[in-house]
Amino acid sequence: MYNIKRSPWVLHYDGSSCNGCDIEVLACLTPVYDAERFGIVNTGDPMQADILLITGGINSQNAAVVKQLYEQMPRPKVVAAIGVCACTGGVFKDCYNILGGVDKVIPVDVYVPGCAARPQAIIDGIVKACDIFQQRLAEHEQMIKKNKTAKEG
Amino acid sequence: MKKRSIVPYGPQHPVLPEPVHLDLVIEDEKIIEAVPSIGFVHRGLESLTAKRDFNQMVYVTERVCGICSFGHGFGYCEAVEDIMDIEVPERAKYLRTIWFELSRMHSHFLWLGLLADGFGFENLFYQCWRIREKILDVLSLTTGGRVIFSVNKIGGVMRDITPEMAVAISEMLTSVRKELKDIVPIFMEDASVKRRLVGVGVLSKEQAHELGCAGPFARASGIEIDMRKLGYAAYKDLDFDIITSNTGDSYGRCYVRINEIFQSIDIIRQALGKLPDTELAAVVKGNPKGESFIRIEQPRGEAIYYVRANGSPHLDRMRVRTPTFANLAGLCETLKGADYADVGLLILTIDPCISCTER
Repeated sequence: MYNIKRSPWVLHYDGSSCNGCDIEVLACLTPVYDAERFGIVNTGDPMQADILLITGGINSQNAAVVKQLYEQMPRPKVVAAIGVCACTGGVFKDCYNILGGVDKVIPVDVYVPGCAARPQAIIDGIVKACDIFQQRLAEHEQMIKKNKTAKEG
Repeated sequence: MKKRSIVPYGPQHPVLPEPVHLDLVIEDEKIIEAVPSIGFVHRGLESLTAKRDFNQMVYVTERVCGICSFGHGFGYCEAVEDIMDIEVPERAKYLRTIWFELSRMHSHFLWLGLLADGFGFENLFYQCWRIREKILDVLSLTTGGRVIFSVNKIGGVMRDITPEMAVAISEMLTSVRKELKDIVPIFMEDASVKRRLVGVGVLSKEQAHELGCAGPFARASGIEIDMRKLGYAAYKDLDFDIITSNTGDSYGRCYVRINEIFQSIDIIRQALGKLPDTELAAVVKGNPKGESFIRIEQPRGEAIYYVRANGSPHLDRMRVRTPTFANLAGLCETLKGADYADVGLLILTIDPCISCTER
């Protein structure tokens, strides 16, 4: 957390959640919990986002939407599943239209359980996601450098 | 002929907290028609009646929606209690009323914040959500949860409000009332805010009636409809008026919701003053058999709960009709002829709750 080089931008998408986790994610960004102090900014544009916060499970209609959002994000990218529905399907696991957690369609890095997940837990998840983002950013930069020297040499 | 084009709107969009998709037919900058397509949040939780018994279904119905969670659990419990002829103790009725009004308050503050964000007033958005946190603090003090409380059960409630908690609630009400009074002039009198709200998305009384709109959306068009007047829970003993506005535009909807917060503060004060001293829950024996149909007033309007039971622990059918579904027709009507820039704001003014609608 001490070596943040860039401010990661956060994209929030509501999978098929009940809204409980969504309003908690929004509450995290407002003054009382203020997740923006870690340098993150909430954005609505997947092409500018670094961290995807996703709430709710995956159903047959939004699977394609989630996949598309993930693919539109530039690399390096981190996905955090907020709430038990996003982790495993939760209380709706047995419903006919729920395929399961978010990891059914895209790779997930941070799991934040809870129904609804508390702001403290969500902020902890965001901080972990920031750490993973820094790590990936360093790897990504190294890879670019390597490719560059290989080309020149 | 002017050129027509179709613009897809959503499901992921900066002003939308929830996924809903609209196909907007536009001519220059004016909307000709809006075609909604929903189903991004459909889970099929009504089918869980086959897998969960009627007591467990309380927890499932609470998760129909996280914002009006208390109301859904309450409506379902009322329906099952009606089938089983259970007399809910008076104190439980009052406690349910208090929690219901607290969740109405937090829902309306949430809406005011999102509206402010919708017209680009970020400071006001943060102010509304800051005040809302005080209500959530009291809710987590009395119920243990911030958004999903799980205090309802068939026959009554699980937790009590002690005298100390009552003092905390009443202190919170005083400070929220004062802070809300500070921000009301910005919503109601600020020139730039008024330009975004006054005369935008007008729906006449006749149109609202024909399209079957519900809740604050219908009341803003001058229809006097409020299910709380049916007198369920403790509302029969409490004194309140139906708040309406005759303007029928976004400004009217804002006016109705702001005044409903003041009204909720008043209702909670009355209920706290009259809190009877009885047990918290009635004893429930056996399984339900029969059917029931309950109408309640959610923060977004009238919600209907239908339950049919066959005498076994598993219900035959549980069905919820939510206010946003009723209001979608009204939304498509207000979108006709609106500016493209106002679309996000107009979607917000019906206070859409997509996860209620699609379940």
